Amino acid sequence: MSAKTLMRGTHVLGEAAIRSGCRAYFGYPITPQNELPEYMSSAFAKMPDAVFVQAESELASINMVIGASCTGARVMTSSSSPGVSLKQEGISYLAAMELPAVIVNMMRGGPGLGNIAPAQSDYFQATRGGGHGDYRVIVLAPAYGQEIADMTRQAFDLADKYRTPVMILGDGMMGQMMEPVIFPDPVDVNALPAKDWALTGAKDRPSRIIRSLWLDPPKEEELNWRLVRKYEVITEDITDQEIYLCDDAEIVIVAYGTAARIAKGAVHRVRSQGVKAGLYRPKTLWPFPSHELAAMSKDLHHILVFEMSAGQMVEDVRLSVEGRCPVSFYGRPGGVVSTPEEIAGVLNSLGANVVKKSA
Amino acid sequence: MKGRINIDRERCKGCELCMTVCPKKKIGISKKLNTKGYYPAEFSGDTPQDSDKTGCTGCSLCAIICPDVAIEVYREDKE
Amino acid sequence: MKKIFSRPKSLKDVPFHYCPGCGHSVIHRLVCEVIDELGIQDNCIGVPPAGCAVLAYNYFDVDMCEAPHGRAAAVATGIKRMLPDRVVFTYQGDGDIAAIGTAETIHAANRGERVTSIFVNNAVYGMTGGQMAPTTLPGQVTTTSPGGRSPLRDGNPLDLSAMLALAAGSVYIERTTVANPKGVNRTKKAIRKAFQVQMEDKGFSLVEILSPCPTNWKMTPTASIHWVEETMSKIFPIQVIKDVA
Repeated sequence: MSAKTLMRGTHVLGEAAIRSGCRAYFGYPITPQNELPEYMSSAFAKMPDAVFVQAESELASINMVIGASCTGARVMTSSSSPGVSLKQEGISYLAAMELPAVIVNMMRGGPGLGNIAPAQSDYFQATRGGGHGDYRVIVLAPAYGQEIADMTRQAFDLADKYRTPVMILGDGMMGQMMEPVIFPDPVDVNALPAKDWALTGAKDRPSRIIRSLWLDPPKEEELNWRLVRKYEVITEDITDQEIYLCDDAEIVIVAYGTAARIAKGAVHRVRSQGVKAGLYRPKTLWPFPSHELAAMSKDLHHILVFEMSAGQMVEDVRLSVEGRCPVSFYGRPGGVVSTPEEIAGVLNSLGANVVKKSA
Repeated sequence: MKGRINIDRERCKGCELCMTVCPKKKIGISKKLNTKGYYPAEFSGDTPQDSDKTGCTGCSLCAIICPDVAIEVYREDKE
Repeated sequence: MKKIFSRPKSLKDVPFHYCPGCGHSVIHRLVCEVIDELGIQDNCIGVPPAGCAVLAYNYFDVDMCEAPHGRAAAVATGIKRMLPDRVVFTYQGDGDIAAIGTAETIHAANRGERVTSIFVNNAVYGMTGGQMAPTTLPGQVTTTSPGGRSPLRDGNPLDLSAMLALAAGSVYIERTTVANPKGVNRTKKAIRKAFQVQMEDKGFSLVEILSPCPTNWKMTPTASIHWVEETMSKIFPIQVIKDVA
């Protein structure tokens, strides 16, 4: 473990990636995440076995990720919303070729060029696969600096374990904010499990092919079902959430990432005013932590979903709750960051309604 | 210099490029379809075994242009 | 008698799926002959494209990673940067390298990536059924230029190799043809040199090969090789375009 250090989120992510054995980074500048490629370039300049390439586009960078991942390396790319749209081609291929990679999206306001303010409007894109075809990407949503460090390690481990792309979904605020972090010890890259599928030149073994084209429909179907089975195992194994002050809660607010921190402040505020509120914070967005939420929902008066978007995760919440309690949505899209007071106001108004109903 | 060629009639797709480059014009098209449904090229000289009379010099031009690597070329060793 | 011509070792012993008279299979064979002669079969990684040659990995008995359409130069960059002592090549058609993959290719050349691109130019999109390609000649009829390619409306054929020659990182670029035996032999020499340039760590190398597509040109194989020699090579002259190796 490292000593406690104060670092901004993007730098935490970069340092954690290097300590996780990441030895290749390919990217293209876009605000608000430029401090991450900058960190990787200066760190890798001192590491002779590590590769940093600033590509000519997001398309090129994600395809360099494909190439590097093929060789068995731990590899990362990062971008922000418009750039991640461009990377979707490669992410679909990574999923189909069953190649591990870590993709970071520090979300900004959209659609289109949008703006560079923190937002959460890429939830659908991240959790539904994002590109073409039947596939999913593991999506981890850190909310704190320490969690960025821990989830980055987890992202590389999961990518290798399941041979699948993993996305770390943050936002511009998380990337800029400085927080104290303790890093896990660096992994020994040479001690990582060998990848018996990697392309290294067919020395003393038959040649290998990494591909995504299966012209014969039954073969393509076989790939699809294999992916489905893998996704079922992932869902069983890694689904995670933070459940905060929910034991006696009548109203639970569901939020992730930066929005969850705002929501937590709001929970504290309304609790001091007598509203029994709690927070349910998904830490994995795909697979979505439905089980615990479904279990608690039958005892709740109301669920409020708060997102820095026009309402995306709310659909997963409703699918989880299946009508066991009312679910309403409050969101601020376009890069607007709500205050805890604002969310407390929403909870209070719901709380008042809940009290009225139960009286 | 004497040579001979073996045309793999199942690999051949009957594109006829070997015929266009053979300096001795010793390659023709078979009258019998192969299992893929092509009329393959065939050596039109004497029997390949009777190499003295083939007229094939083993120049390899047919094999060099053949898109399907369907032709093997043999040539007498130079003494 | 001694066998003097047979299938190279690194070319898998399976029939090609290519059409009668197609240049791809000749070029596959030449690349494999070079791989054998340089003794790099166990030290070589290939990147096939999207297009007719996507199935190249069924024929090349070396490690192969399929690339998304046009992105072979970027995928090859990722591989080569991680494994600098391996020989990495891309195998791409004209649509792949000179239309959708133009940016990736130019920037890989400009960075001087130590990779070799085999650029098969047949002036048409083959796999998709004969549409107009970036290299389609003026007046050439395709399924999307039914009246012939009109330079005013459709632009002129793109000379990607000449563009790549301008990039400081490119070291060796040659245009050849497989439409005649002499051209085939010259193509093999060029491929060999392109690989050697890479192995000597000098920079980016590329061989553009004019290659017949009888099916989509709607010509016989014999007419196709004549068309390459008499028409296509007028627009795309057979020559060394850059050699600073």
